[in-house]
Amino acid sequence: MIDAPSSTWFTAPPEWHWLIVLYFFFGGLAGGCYFLAALIDLLGRDRDRPLARVGYLTVLPCLAVSALALIFDLSRPDRFWHLLVEIHTGRPLFQLWTPMNSGAWMLLAFSFLALLSSLAAAAEAGWLRWRAPLRLRPPGALGTVIAIVGALIGLYIASYEGALLAFTSRPIWAETPLIGTVLVLSALSMAAAFLLLVGRWRAWDLPGMGALQRIDAQAIIVALLALVALIVSLGGAARALLSPVNLVLLVALLLVGFVAPLALRLRRDWLGGHTVAAAAVLALAGGFLLRTLIVFSPYGASS
Amino acid sequence: MAEPMGFFTDTTVCIGCKACEVACKQWNQLPAAEGGQNTLSGDSYDNTRKLDGIHWRHVRFVEQFSEDRKDGRWLLMSDVCKHCVQAGCLEVCPTNAIIRTEFDTVVIQSDVCNGCKACIAACPFGVIDINPVSKTAQKCTLCYDRLQNGMEPACSKACPTDSIQFGPVQELRSRGAKRVQQLHEQGEKRAYLYGADEKMLGGLNSFFLLVDRPEVYHLPPDPKLPSRNVPPSALFSALGALVAAVIGLINFRNRTRER
Repeated sequence: MIDAPSSTWFTAPPEWHWLIVLYFFFGGLAGGCYFLAALIDLLGRDRDRPLARVGYLTVLPCLAVSALALIFDLSRPDRFWHLLVEIHTGRPLFQLWTPMNSGAWMLLAFSFLALLSSLAAAAEAGWLRWRAPLRLRPPGALGTVIAIVGALIGLYIASYEGALLAFTSRPIWAETPLIGTVLVLSALSMAAAFLLLVGRWRAWDLPGMGALQRIDAQAIIVALLALVALIVSLGGAARALLSPVNLVLLVALLLVGFVAPLALRLRRDWLGGHTVAAAAVLALAGGFLLRTLIVFSPYGASS
Repeated sequence: MAEPMGFFTDTTVCIGCKACEVACKQWNQLPAAEGGQNTLSGDSYDNTRKLDGIHWRHVRFVEQFSEDRKDGRWLLMSDVCKHCVQAGCLEVCPTNAIIRTEFDTVVIQSDVCNGCKACIAACPFGVIDINPVSKTAQKCTLCYDRLQNGMEPACSKACPTDSIQFGPVQELRSRGAKRVQQLHEQGEKRAYLYGADEKMLGGLNSFFLLVDRPEVYHLPPDPKLPSRNVPPSALFSALGALVAAVIGLINFRNRTRER
């Protein structure tokens, strides 16, 4: 530690491991899916509505996994509600300057909106006899408001983890303001990839699929630029990324999450009819690797 | 509010007896590590190694020896929570489990903590950890229960050389400054106080007299508050969200035109 490049090298690890990776992954996917579903609903063609429906219906299960991962990462999962309620007074606890508290409230609000949109999507798919929930989706005024607010909160959920990690004294996390930037762009790419994957699986030939492919590719390129900027912004603290585990993760991320999906977009003939699906799977795997690298990277400082 | 209370730890008179560790464990009923098994560190006479949820005091052994072992010295420091005036753990706690007491010390309320571990990542000194029995974050309370009853903390009471001194922070600071001056006069020019002034996190209510760089004692040279990172991080996260929104809008705006 005598040659530590930063005072963050003297901190202790909070032992946030795979459950937090899962929390970030499914939270990002949920936020991205809602944003794209709302975008398709508000700006896409009517024919694209099945894509938006898949987006809305994906959000709630993702949020459930994400919330469970967060709760079981607590040392006292039975006290998860202490994040929302002041236990000595029973009043709601608003500490909005702490990303963990504001994030918990936003997750709650997002889950409520996702539930409304899921009901609307289920009603449209004919899974419900009850037709009233159809008003909860655009083009109606109520549905439009829900979609816009939900899309904004979705982007918040996909990006606030950057502030959550920065609100520490740990190596890497506290050394750069760009983690949230990379995460939200990756979330957009993951969501587009997931919708494309479902679209291919259902053999849909919808006009929105082309737009999603372009969104995925553009988000990957901008996320790569943001990742390079993040590494540069670390300065001497980037040394933590040179540990064996971090290096392997970084190389795997660059190959699986960036180079391979972009190459498949350029050379569509490589895998024939499976190219789009393969690129989407790689983009999702890249999103997972990115979150794994970010969560575990501070351990590189102690190796 | 009562007068701010704290510790002044003079590392030059610490003999590494670990009486403070034992007294702390005994008073606070902290469990033994690994069920009481005698586990040796293997590369030091210091077998406690670090502060954690069941070690709220830790006597750090710094062994500085030349290659041929002919020349060397021991630096011994009884480490503890710094009870920072601007405490990183306190500002990040999302459940209000961490409070500032009437003695200006920082205490974790075990009945409120849900073990989110945000404070562990926020403490610039690596002081806090999860107690395996309560499964909540724990650290030195500066013997809050003893202070409320007019008693001295267990560790300073047990210290046989007065390396750990307890008292009002202002008084301790002037005592520390005098001790530094005395050491300088005796030829130990390297002596200085770590954390006694307000430049470091508003002042550390537990501060130290050191005779080498802070890093040698595993102390950060320039600890910062986590909150300073939030505005730039929030700004760049919002910028990322904006770029994501623009990418989405551009691609679906074209679809709207086609429509």
